[in-house]
Formats: sequence, C-alpha cells, structure tokens
Amino acid sequence: MAALVLVVALLGGWEAYARLSGIDSFILPAPTEVASSLWDDRSLLWSNLLVTAQEVVLGLLLALAAGVLLAIALHLWRPVRRAVYPLLVGTQAVPIVTVAPLLAAWFGFGLLPKLVVVALVCFFPIVVTTLDGLASIDPDQDKLLRTLGASRAQRFRWLEAPAALPAALSGAKIAVAVGGIAAVFAEYAGSEDGLGHLLLQSIPQLETARAWAAVLVLAALALACFFALALAERRLAPWAHRRKDSTA
Amino acid sequence: MASRLEAPATVPGQAAQTGVRCDGVTRRFGDLAALQDVTLSAAPGEVVAVVGPSGCGKSTLLDLVCGLQTPDAGTVAGERAVLMPQRDGLLPWLGALDNAGLPLRLAGAPKAQARDRAHALLAELGLAGFEDARTWELSGGMRQRVAVARTLLAGAPVLCLDEPFGALDAITRGELQGWLAGVLAREPRTVLLVTHDVEEAALLADRVVVLSPRPGRVVAEVAVTAPRPRQPTDAAVADARGAALRALRAAMEAER
Repeated sequence: MAALVLVVALLGGWEAYARLSGIDSFILPAPTEVASSLWDDRSLLWSNLLVTAQEVVLGLLLALAAGVLLAIALHLWRPVRRAVYPLLVGTQAVPIVTVAPLLAAWFGFGLLPKLVVVALVCFFPIVVTTLDGLASIDPDQDKLLRTLGASRAQRFRWLEAPAALPAALSGAKIAVAVGGIAAVFAEYAGSEDGLGHLLLQSIPQLETARAWAAVLVLAALALACFFALALAERRLAPWAHRRKDSTA
Repeated sequence: MASRLEAPATVPGQAAQTGVRCDGVTRRFGDLAALQDVTLSAAPGEVVAVVGPSGCGKSTLLDLVCGLQTPDAGTVAGERAVLMPQRDGLLPWLGALDNAGLPLRLAGAPKAQARDRAHALLAELGLAGFEDARTWELSGGMRQRVAVARTLLAGAPVLCLDEPFGALDAITRGELQGWLAGVLAREPRTVLLVTHDVEEAALLADRVVVLSPRPGRVVAEVAVTAPRPRQPTDAAVADARGAALRALRAAMEAER
C-alpha cells in the first residue's frame, strides 16, 4: 500500500514537472505520454518483447546449466577450484559492452551471440551461490551420512545437491535482474529486432515516449522472470523457507 | 548387500558378536587431549550410558566407535556402529518416511522397498499417520523418534546415541525416554548412550560410565540392576543415579 502511494506520488510529480516546466517531450515525456505509447505501439513492443524474452530466458537457462556444472566441478576437484576460480572472477572485470560487438562479429547477428552475452553475465552469480550452497552443508547431516556408509556420490546426491538447489535458484534470481541489461547490450551490438534494438532506434527518431515504454516492458520482463524463479524455488525447495529446520 | 538390510540384533554362535570395546583410547586435537586412556566396553545387547560434563569428549568417543575418527593411541574394536547425531540430522528435502528409510536407500534398496520397511517400523514405533509429514511439520519429539527409526533401519548391531533428547523440554524428554526403553525392549541392540542427564542414564542403561572433565577419563562405572520397565522413582534407579552423580561431582572437584 505504501509502495503504491509512493509510486502514485512519484508519477504525479513527474507528470506535473513534464507539463509545467515546459521541457520538450522528446527529452522527458510525461507518464501519460509513455502510457499512450505503451498502448499505441503495443504490437511493436510485443513482437520485440518476444525476441528479447527468448534471449533472456534461453540465456539464463544456458547460464544455469553451465554455472551449476562448473560449480559442481569446482566443488568436487579442489585443484580445479584453485586454478579456475581466480580466472572466473577475472572474467567479471571484462566490460561486456565492449566485448558484445566482437561476439557479434564472431557468431553473426542471430540468436547465438545474444545467448552468449546473456549467459556470460548471468552465470557468475549462479556459480558463486551454488558453490557456497554445496559447501555449506550441515556438519551433523554429513556425519550422519558418513556413519550410514554413504559413498562420495551418495553424499552428493542426498546431501550436497539438494542443499545447493535453493542457492542455485537464488543465484538465478540475482542473475535475471542483470540478464535483461545484457540482452539489450547484445542487441545494441548488432540486431534487427528486440527491445534493445527498439530503444536504439527510438532515441534518434525522437520517439522518447516509445523508448520509455520499451524500458517499462523490459522491467516487466525482468520482474516476470524473477517471480517465475521465486515460484520455482518454492515448489522445488519448500524447505528453504522454513526457518524451523535450521534451528531445530 | 542383502545382509545389511536384515535386522541383525543377536545371531547366536557368531564369533563377531563382540559388541564394542575401547582399550586405552586417547584422542588429541593439537595440544588438546579430548580423551585420555579410556577403556570401556559394551557387551552385545547391553545398554551403556556415558555421562560426563560438557566438553569431556563424549561425542568424540562416539565418533571413534563409529569409525568417523581414529584414535591417537589405543584400539577401538567391535561390530558396525551407526551414529545418531546430537541434533536429529533429518534431511528437510525428504519426508518423515524417506528420512527413516534413508539407510536402506544408501545400502542400495529400491525406493518402494525402503518405504515399505520404513512404513512398517514407523507404525510399530507409534508413528503411524506421520509418514507423509515434512520434517518441519514435526515437533521436536517426533523428529527424534523418526531419527531413532532411521538409526534402527541402518541395521547395525551397535547404536551410538549422542544426547538424543538433549534439546527437548523436560516433559517431552521423559516421554521419549520411556518410549526409547520400549523400543529397545522390542528391538534389542548394543547401545552407547551419551548424555549429560544422569537420570536418563540410570533409567535407560544397564551400566553407567562416568567420565571426568577434559581430558575425559573413566572415573567410575555404576551398574544399574533395576528391573524393567523402570520409573525415575524406583529405588534402584535412584541409587544408581546417586552413585553416578557422586562420582561426577568428585571428578569435577578433583579438577579444581
């Protein structure tokens, strides 16, 4: 409720400023103009949303698969971890904005370079949280499995893997928030459609309201992905929301 | 593999029926000695309680018996032992039934078979109707019962219980002590019971071994001769409790 009041107040302030200050609407369109663009350009926005959504969702799935597999490898083989982990942190310092055009030159203008960029941005938080999840098992439970004669593979299957599942999904939730931005940069680097392409076109055409509408749609996409992941977490790992287990 | 699935209890005439035996066991962690020259044994089917102040190496002793650690000196010998850790150790991603049946799955039994046997045992132990419960839906007492069922289904002849009821309130603890006595009467096993509750020791054990403060040494052994079922108010139980308490106090005084 308080959030709603705040949003209404902010939008009201924005609307008043845009109308009363005499600022050009191609510099700052009023919220009502953005809303009408949202409606008028709905088919344009929708078809571009589908393109970007595909990039984000597939890129995230690719990042999940690669990130979880890498986390498992780093967890199981300590020398690999010592060798690869610093490198992994290093990759995060690479400015993806400048690399995206290189990837476009390498992989072409299709879906693949976008997936690679989204996955590159998304997989790091997934690796880190999954690795932490794999390592932060309850020592009592580990003792129990050992005393029951569990093999290394069995300890992984019955203890470490399920313990890491909510952590991997948390990592994906963090990743999806930046995944949309990555998709936009990837489209900037070379694309004929998608919300990023639409943004890039709208601004020089002085269609600022349309650009804002595209940003809104992008935000809605991130929110939808975030809630889908939260829902998946509740369904797949209901214990993660029960504090009683961690204290009992 | 199949033999692990059978309830072992006591197979007469088998040479391996040795229960548990620790001879002159010492365990150090760096400069810190947790256990020093500890000799104790449990005959097959005997319930031996180990009491002592906190930090006297009781849990370490159970780890040694279960083969989770190796002694720095002395020997530990005996049949296969399985540990019930201090906190119940239930896996929250499994329901009550699958938690109880976990040892069977780890031993290679198919899911359906593990569930059938867990189901039968839970019913026998008075847990019917809770099979499908998630772990967080169970009370502390119920969780411990499921943990005991799981420990029994491991099929090991020796059970090592590490303060099984330490985290429970007094009323639930009393209830579960009576329940465990009944379970052991029905499913006799060699039991090492670590506890800081002298009354619990006197109620459940055939013999109470008293350890000194760190480093843990055996300072007294008290036989509990009271017939079963026992009540805390039974004279023989009260006597054993008193004797164990006096030994514990003397050991703590000597330390000062």
